Amino acid sequence: MLIIGECLSIISKKVREAILKRDKEPIQKIAIEQWKSGAHMIEANIGPAEDDGEKLMEWMVTTIQEAVPLPVSLDTTNPHAMEAGLKVHNNQWGKPLINSTSLDPDRFIMFELSAKYNAPIIALTVGKGGLPRDAEERVEIAVKLMEKAVEYGIPFEDIYLDPLVLQISTSQQQAKEALRAIKLFQELNDPPMKTILGLSNISNGCPKHIRPILNRYFLALLMYEGLSAAIVNPSEVIETIKTIDVIMGKTLYAHSYLEI
Amino acid sequence: MSFTIPKETYTGRIPEIVFGKEKKVFIGGESSLPFLKFEGDFPHKPLIAFEIQDDIPEDYPDELKSVYSSVWDDPVRWAKYCESLGAEAIALRLMSTHPDSKNAKPEESADKVKRILSEINSPLIILGSNHTEKDSEVLPVVADASRGYNCIIGKAQEGNYKTIAASAMAGGHSLIAMSELDVNLAKQLNILITQMGFQKEKLIIDPMCSALGYGFEYTYSVMERIRIAGLIQGDSMLCVPMVADVGFYVWKTKEVQATEEDIPEWGSLHERAVIWEAVTACCFLLSGAELLIMRHPEAIGITKKFIEQLCLS
Repeated sequence: MLIIGECLSIISKKVREAILKRDKEPIQKIAIEQWKSGAHMIEANIGPAEDDGEKLMEWMVTTIQEAVPLPVSLDTTNPHAMEAGLKVHNNQWGKPLINSTSLDPDRFIMFELSAKYNAPIIALTVGKGGLPRDAEERVEIAVKLMEKAVEYGIPFEDIYLDPLVLQISTSQQQAKEALRAIKLFQELNDPPMKTILGLSNISNGCPKHIRPILNRYFLALLMYEGLSAAIVNPSEVIETIKTIDVIMGKTLYAHSYLEI
Repeated sequence: MSFTIPKETYTGRIPEIVFGKEKKVFIGGESSLPFLKFEGDFPHKPLIAFEIQDDIPEDYPDELKSVYSSVWDDPVRWAKYCESLGAEAIALRLMSTHPDSKNAKPEESADKVKRILSEINSPLIILGSNHTEKDSEVLPVVADASRGYNCIIGKAQEGNYKTIAASAMAGGHSLIAMSELDVNLAKQLNILITQMGFQKEKLIIDPMCSALGYGFEYTYSVMERIRIAGLIQGDSMLCVPMVADVGFYVWKTKEVQATEEDIPEWGSLHERAVIWEAVTACCFLLSGAELLIMRHPEAIGITKKFIEQLCLS
């Protein structure tokens, strides 16, 4: 499973301060920690970045890739910032990931960038009209997103369908719907469509000590359903991932499997 | 419609091991299953080492005795004789160190190893007697005595890997890690050895060999699984060359010893014995062995021919 480190987010106070001061050190430290904990890709979440988004994304991507030999997942709603990030991304260690598009027409420009830069893209199964109620609605949106991808000439293997998981504390039923959606998404194509999820959203708003527990168990269920990628805090979930990979027969068991 | 051969894609590549000082030989380096050159690289032919022992063997049957008895009282002469038969590498088994044999001291073994190394050109594999405790006394001493000769030392097992791996590392040698017919244990032992700081690129797996008719299928399928896990699933701990210690197991079987008088329907003892070792060896090449340790020159000849033919094209 593709592990994308979520910790470089503008939502985090530490990261926000470093960004404001353009202080590379804390950013690179967090990137390295995530890489050492098993991340295959580092997420750079700069939010809407309305002011100076292009410079900011450039700075984030180069700062991260100076420190770790990994590709970057670019998370912003600002298409100019997105394009600036794609331009400076060093593809030597893999392609960047565009986070994200959806069925909101304002976000179709991300499809355009995906096609232009030959970069995989996350497609959130939400439209403009609000959040989907169940797995079936998510699948309907997914099909429309796949049609859009065809229009833009993006191969299905470059699409990561994201069912969007909501907070368990306020939308308990949605966790199960997201799980079902992961399973159903894969049936939309042969070979199966790729799936992704921003894991920690499930435990948003929950007490701090419960959050890792919810995240880990939810991830185990998602992996059982065949999740292909996850945006996570690597150090929090790496044991879960290694263990489920062993249980599912993806890696060969050895007594020290957690140590490698 | 034109036909395209379906090809497997591989995620791993077996490290290349080079050993020897003056004369060097290579094993491994491939990125495809055995001999499937159309799918990936298969840069080196599997290597056959002639086995010799440090003292007169106690259990060699007549078919081996007739080949080696004129030289086997002196390991240097024995090694040179193998070289004259075309050996590309020599595997010295320190059988006399076994407590049930002569319980020879590590220093005696070290002297023999030094003598052999100074007299022959071929790369050397140095094997203990497979006695866990004794090997952990003997192998560190011989690994030190052969420092700089870039040998292969073996075999490290679960019960003694720490001392043996440390001394192989200090002596600059490659190392055979043996586990008992289990893919998970093979992986575990490699993890433990590399956690000590031993370079994965100098490890060789011995999945524990066997002879045709005596558990052969177990070794075969374990080797096959190790190779597939390493090359296709990308399991780096199992992406390692493998050795099949063929002669040691084959020459204990009834088929290489029973006389024509005892079992006339089995036909010629000589042919039967030679072919038993050759067939066992050839099959292990197909399951992924890069290095074979064998005894009878005629069986080695047949196996070499088999390798040549598979490597054509």
